[in-house]
Amino acid sequence: MDNIAGKKPALTWAVHLSVAALVLVWIFPTLGLLVSSFRTTDQIRSSGWWASLFPAVQNEVFRAADPAENRVERDGVFTVSGNLYVLDGRADSVEDVRAEIQSWGTSSRAISAYGPGETADLGDGETMTVEVNGDYVWSGKDDQISGRGQRIFVTAESPPEFTLGNYQTVLFDESNREGMAKAFFNTLTVTIPATIIPILIAAFAAYALAWMEFPGRALLIAGVVALLVVPLQLALIPLLSLHNDLGIGKGYVGVWLAHTGFGLPLAIYLLRNYMVGLPRDIIECAKVDGATDFQIFIKIILPLSFPALASFAIFQFLWTWNDLLVAMVFLIDSSGETTVMTRQIVELLGTRGGDWEILATSAFVSIAVPLVVFFAMQKYLVRGLLAGSVK
Amino acid sequence: MNPALQGILTIVVGVGGCVAYFYLSNQFLDRILFPPRGPNAGRNINRANAIRPWLFLFPAIFALGLYLAYPVFETLRLSMTDRSAGGAFVGGENYSRMFDDPKFWEAVSNNFLWLLIVPAASTAFGLLAAQLTDRISWGNIAKSLIFMPMAISFVGAAVIFKLVYDARPEDVAQIGVLNALYLQFGGAEPITWLTVPFWNNIFLMIVLIWIQTGFAMVILSAALRGIPEETVEAAIVDGANPFQVFFKIKVPQIAGTIVVVWTTITIVVLKVFDIVFAMTNGQWETQVLANYMYDKMFRANDWGVGSASAMIIMLLVTPILVWNVYNARKEMR
Repeated sequence: MDNIAGKKPALTWAVHLSVAALVLVWIFPTLGLLVSSFRTTDQIRSSGWWASLFPAVQNEVFRAADPAENRVERDGVFTVSGNLYVLDGRADSVEDVRAEIQSWGTSSRAISAYGPGETADLGDGETMTVEVNGDYVWSGKDDQISGRGQRIFVTAESPPEFTLGNYQTVLFDESNREGMAKAFFNTLTVTIPATIIPILIAAFAAYALAWMEFPGRALLIAGVVALLVVPLQLALIPLLSLHNDLGIGKGYVGVWLAHTGFGLPLAIYLLRNYMVGLPRDIIECAKVDGATDFQIFIKIILPLSFPALASFAIFQFLWTWNDLLVAMVFLIDSSGETTVMTRQIVELLGTRGGDWEILATSAFVSIAVPLVVFFAMQKYLVRGLLAGSVK
Repeated sequence: MNPALQGILTIVVGVGGCVAYFYLSNQFLDRILFPPRGPNAGRNINRANAIRPWLFLFPAIFALGLYLAYPVFETLRLSMTDRSAGGAFVGGENYSRMFDDPKFWEAVSNNFLWLLIVPAASTAFGLLAAQLTDRISWGNIAKSLIFMPMAISFVGAAVIFKLVYDARPEDVAQIGVLNALYLQFGGAEPITWLTVPFWNNIFLMIVLIWIQTGFAMVILSAALRGIPEETVEAAIVDGANPFQVFFKIKVPQIAGTIVVVWTTITIVVLKVFDIVFAMTNGQWETQVLANYMYDKMFRANDWGVGSASAMIIMLLVTPILVWNVYNARKEMR
C-alpha cells in the first residue's frame, strides 16, 4: 500500500524515529524497575537508575577505624591506617576495591577539600592521608588519635555494579518475614485451579450454545454477553455472605469458585465464537455416522478448539495472577498466611515506601511470570483478544 | 492440609467432577431415562435431544447465575437495607446518605474525568502505534513491546510508576525520572506528583493508559489490515496525501472497531481499583467509585452505602451492556 505513490525517504525516517520514541517511552518505566532490582540500597539512593549504566560518582561518609583498638605507636606518634572500603565491608581486600576516590575531606562543610594522595593538616600535627583506592593513614599525638575514629567524606567514582542480593533477600532469605517466597506459592495455588476449572465447564456450555438447537438459545447468548460486563464489585458482599453461610469462609476454595464464576462469561463467549466457526460438514458427518453429541464434543470439537482454549487459559491466568481485589475479599484472612503477591506488594508500598530495592525486586518477582507467559504465548493472546472484542 | 496439595486435589476433583458429571449425565439420559429402544424409541430420541443441551449448560448457568446474576439483585436489595438494624428495609436512605457524602461526589467527578481521558488517550495512542508499526520492518517487535504492559498487574504497574513519580528532597539526587527531567528543564524544586490535587488524577490515569494502549493497538492494527486496498489505492490515485488517506479513508472504515475498543476500555475504567488503591488509596482527591465502594464495604463496614455505590457502577455500565447485547443479537441474525 505504501509504495503505490512511491516511498518518501523522509517520511519513512520519521516513522522509524517516532516508533522508536514510542517504544522507548513505553518500556522505560519497566526497565527502571528491572534495573533498580539489581542495585544495592546505596546505589539506588545516590543516583537515578538510568545513571547506573554509567560509572557513578557518589558522596559517602566513612569513619576511620576505632583508635582504641587499632592505633599503633612509633616514636610518640600514634597512627591508624587501613582501607576505607575494606573497613566498611564493601571490599574483601584492597585488591577488590573498584571505586576510585576523586576528592575527599574531613569536614561536612568541605567534603572535597583534598585530592587523592594529598595529606590534610588537621592542626597541631594531626594529619590524614587518603589514597585513590581508599587506603588511609591517620596520625597524630596520643590525645588526638583517640575517642571515635575521624570522619572522612569521600567523593568516589565507581564502575557500574549490579547485585543479585535483592533477589536473595526477597526470595530465599528464610528470616525475612516480608519475603515473597510464600506469597509466590500462594499466588500459584490460586492461579492454577482457577485457570483450569472454568475451561471445561465453559467448553461444554459453548458447544451447546454453538451447535445444539433448543428454545431460548439466543436469549442465553445475550445473557452471557450481558454478564461479560457486569462489574465484579457487585458480587463481593453477596458472595462473601454466601461463602460464610456455606461454611467455606475465606480461603482457597472460595477464591477458586469466585474466579471460576467471574471467568465463565468470557470463556463461554470466546469458545462459542470459535466453535461456531468450525466447519459444519465435520459435525454433520459425525452425526450421520452415529456419533452422539458427547462423542462429537470430546473427539472433534475439543481438539479443534485448542487455539481458543489456549487464548482463554492465558487470559484467565494473567487475570488471576494479577488480581488483587478478589484475593483480598475471598482469600486473605487476618492471619495473612494466605497472602498473594499483589497484596504483599501493596503492603510493602505502605511499610517500605522508600526502600526501592525491596519494592522493585518484589514487584519484579510478581511481574516476571506473566511476562514470560506473555512473550511465549503472545500469538494466542492476540488471537483471543481479536475473537473477544472485534465480533 | 498443605495448600499446594489442596490445589492439586481441587484440580483433580474439579476437572474429574466435570468430566464425570457430563459423562454420567449423558449416560443416564441415553441408557435409563430415554433409551432409544423399545416402542417409544423415536419419541425418546427426541426427548433426549431436547434435554441434552441443558445437561451441557447446567454447570455454566448455575455458576453464572450464582456468581454474577444473583449478586446484582442481592446488591440491589442490600443497598436498600440497613445492616445494623438487622437488614431492615430502609428504601433510599443509603442512597441519600451517599449523596450527602462529599467523598462520593469527588469519586464521581474523578470517575468522569477517567472516563473522558483514559479511553480517548488509549485509543488515540493505540491507533497511532498501529498505523506506524504496520509500516516498518521491525513493527512486530515494537508492537510486542508496547503490548507488554498488558501482562503486568495493576499493582506491578503502580510500583513501576511510583518509581517514575518518586520525589526526593531538593539537595539529594532525584531517583524518579519525572522529577529528574523536571529539574533538568528548569523546575525549581522536586514535586511530589501524587499529592498535587487534580493533576495527580492525570498521573494515575497515565498508568492505565500505559497498560491499555497495547490492547487498543492490537485490535486496531488488525482492523487496519482488514481495510480493502482498493479504497486506499483509489484515494492515492485521486491525489490524497498520507494524512487524508488515514483520516478520511482508513479511520471511517474502522469506526466500528474504534467504538468497540473505546467501550471495552471504558468498562475497564469503571472498574479501576487496584491502581488507585495501591498508589494513593483515594487520598489527595483521587478517589474513584470502585475504591470508594471498597472503603465503605470493608473499612467502614457500611454495606448499605457500599452496595449503593456498587449499584452506581452497575448503572454506569448498563448502557454499554445494552448496546453490546443489541449488537450481539444483530450479528446472530
